[in-house]
Amino acid sequence: MTAHSMDAGAPAKGRAVTSPRIWERIWQQDGPGYLFLLPWLIGFFGLTIGPMITSLYLSFTDFDLLTSPDWVGIDNYTRMFTADQKFAAAMRVTFFFVIFSVPLKLAFALGVAMLLNRGLRGLPLYRAIFYLPSLLGTSVAIAILWRQLFAGDGLVNQFLANFGIDGPSWISNPRYSLWTIIILAIWQFGSPMIIFLAGLRQIPQDMYEAASLDGASKWRQFWKITLPLLTPVVFFNAIVQTIEAFKSFTPAFVISGGTGQPINSTLFYTLYLYQEAFGFFRMGYASALAWFLLAMIAAFTAFSFLTSKYWVHYDD
Amino acid sequence: MTTDVQPLTVVTGEQSRTRRRIVSITAHVLLVGASILMLYPLLWMLAATFRPESEIFTSSSLLPSSIDFGSYVRGWNGLRVSFGTFFLNSFVIAILSVAGNIFACSLAAFAFARLKFRGRNFWFALMLGTLMLPYHVTLIPQYVLFLNLGWVNTFLPLVVPKFLASDAFFIFLMVQFFRGIPRELDEAAMMDGCSPWRIYWKVIMPLSLPVLATAAIFTFLWTWDDFLGPLIYLNDMRQYTVQLGLRTFVDSTGESDFGGMLAMSVLTIVPVFLFFLFFQRLLIEGIATTGMKR
Repeated sequence: MTAHSMDAGAPAKGRAVTSPRIWERIWQQDGPGYLFLLPWLIGFFGLTIGPMITSLYLSFTDFDLLTSPDWVGIDNYTRMFTADQKFAAAMRVTFFFVIFSVPLKLAFALGVAMLLNRGLRGLPLYRAIFYLPSLLGTSVAIAILWRQLFAGDGLVNQFLANFGIDGPSWISNPRYSLWTIIILAIWQFGSPMIIFLAGLRQIPQDMYEAASLDGASKWRQFWKITLPLLTPVVFFNAIVQTIEAFKSFTPAFVISGGTGQPINSTLFYTLYLYQEAFGFFRMGYASALAWFLLAMIAAFTAFSFLTSKYWVHYDD
Repeated sequence: MTTDVQPLTVVTGEQSRTRRRIVSITAHVLLVGASILMLYPLLWMLAATFRPESEIFTSSSLLPSSIDFGSYVRGWNGLRVSFGTFFLNSFVIAILSVAGNIFACSLAAFAFARLKFRGRNFWFALMLGTLMLPYHVTLIPQYVLFLNLGWVNTFLPLVVPKFLASDAFFIFLMVQFFRGIPRELDEAAMMDGCSPWRIYWKVIMPLSLPVLATAAIFTFLWTWDDFLGPLIYLNDMRQYTVQLGLRTFVDSTGESDFGGMLAMSVLTIVPVFLFFLFFQRLLIEGIATTGMKR
């Protein structure tokens, strides 16, 4: 009986049907699909679309969980852009982090992937070693380790002392604190590296052979063959890593003890959002922050896709 | 997987062979150097946990002068709730999350990949749309919802969404895999009068063990490492996960008992490391073929 539903494309046979039979047929055709989809549909409406709409509404209100939301129009958004110094700081920190961590991480990933792609012995071992930090990276344990490494009496300064350099306390110095988190991000270049490696394997070797017979240098081969053919992978990695960087939370939270200090130098956008929502219970304002984050990510993604036709090389 | 990739250039004569050797040795030197740099912090942390408290800050070597388990003993009971409880909580949440994701995501993926029904493409497009959605735009209303349901300070807000396929990424992953299974198999089963449920359970699921394993492993790892979720929903220390326990350790005793803190840090990454050791190929293939973020 239900077997028919697998082949719903079959045209309805031309016999007159009464209303109950139509419903029966619809059930036979669509019922199983929707039954299988049911858990996801409940989640989609109850945990995604519903909350999204609610959050958009809350972003135009004052809401502290205790009393019902007060409509304030666009006040939250005006405050964000005109009066909130911490918001400005959070934007600066987040953009600085994205602009430096993503390109550096991808550059390392590509560089190491190209070294590994030369057919060296021990590739699986190297690949595993470089991938490990990616896997461990976002845990609290690693953030704790990082705090120790870059502390005043930490491992980095012990190392520098060998050369007579008296390093500062990197974590508590606002000039360097953000850089320690950028270094942590770069340390996790493993997963984009693996994706680059898979991409490099797709490039036909005979293109390089032909190029070197024509006398093209390695440098030229990189710019004229490797990079153009790899642009779809670069594009993909850049989008994924940028969105992840915008959403980064745990390292800044643990390293700064949840404060974003010193002088807001590690006040990541998501950390500020968390403070507003769950530290001060300004749920309306935090919702506005969340929607602006979504807008930034959407704008970035749209911009990347629109410009991609000028620099991403696709096989025709 | 292969180590013997074709040479990049056409080799002619003794001279270029020597040159290739030099290039290859330079590459190895660079890679070994980079490996040491990458692993040194982790190895140092491991070594530090076996040092007596007094030596931790004074030594940057990787071999402790003597083995001392004191850090582990102090750390395990460093908070008023022992780390055993945190580990148990983390395991319970992770295992339930794995079950939820495998169950709900495979059901949805089966519908998208194998069943025909009106609106399928519409829902599929919406599902893809949620892939890139930052969770922040749903975070606060979800919190209000779970608060009203009385679920705050239980595992439910962390686990129930998994049974509603909230990790759309795994639906996508499974759809890709299910589409690769020959259609003749379910058509034959259909001829024999199998219901969609039986086809899902008897044909598709048994053939999909690789993708189910990948989804299970990544769900476990991501849940294990999750920090924001437990931070928001769990307030009672007896409910804490290992990540929250560690963070509390930093805030309360971190400055005084460094050895204990590092020892517990090491313990929390042991399960992740074991997954890495045993499922490395599956993890790396999963990333290479689907472009997972980490």
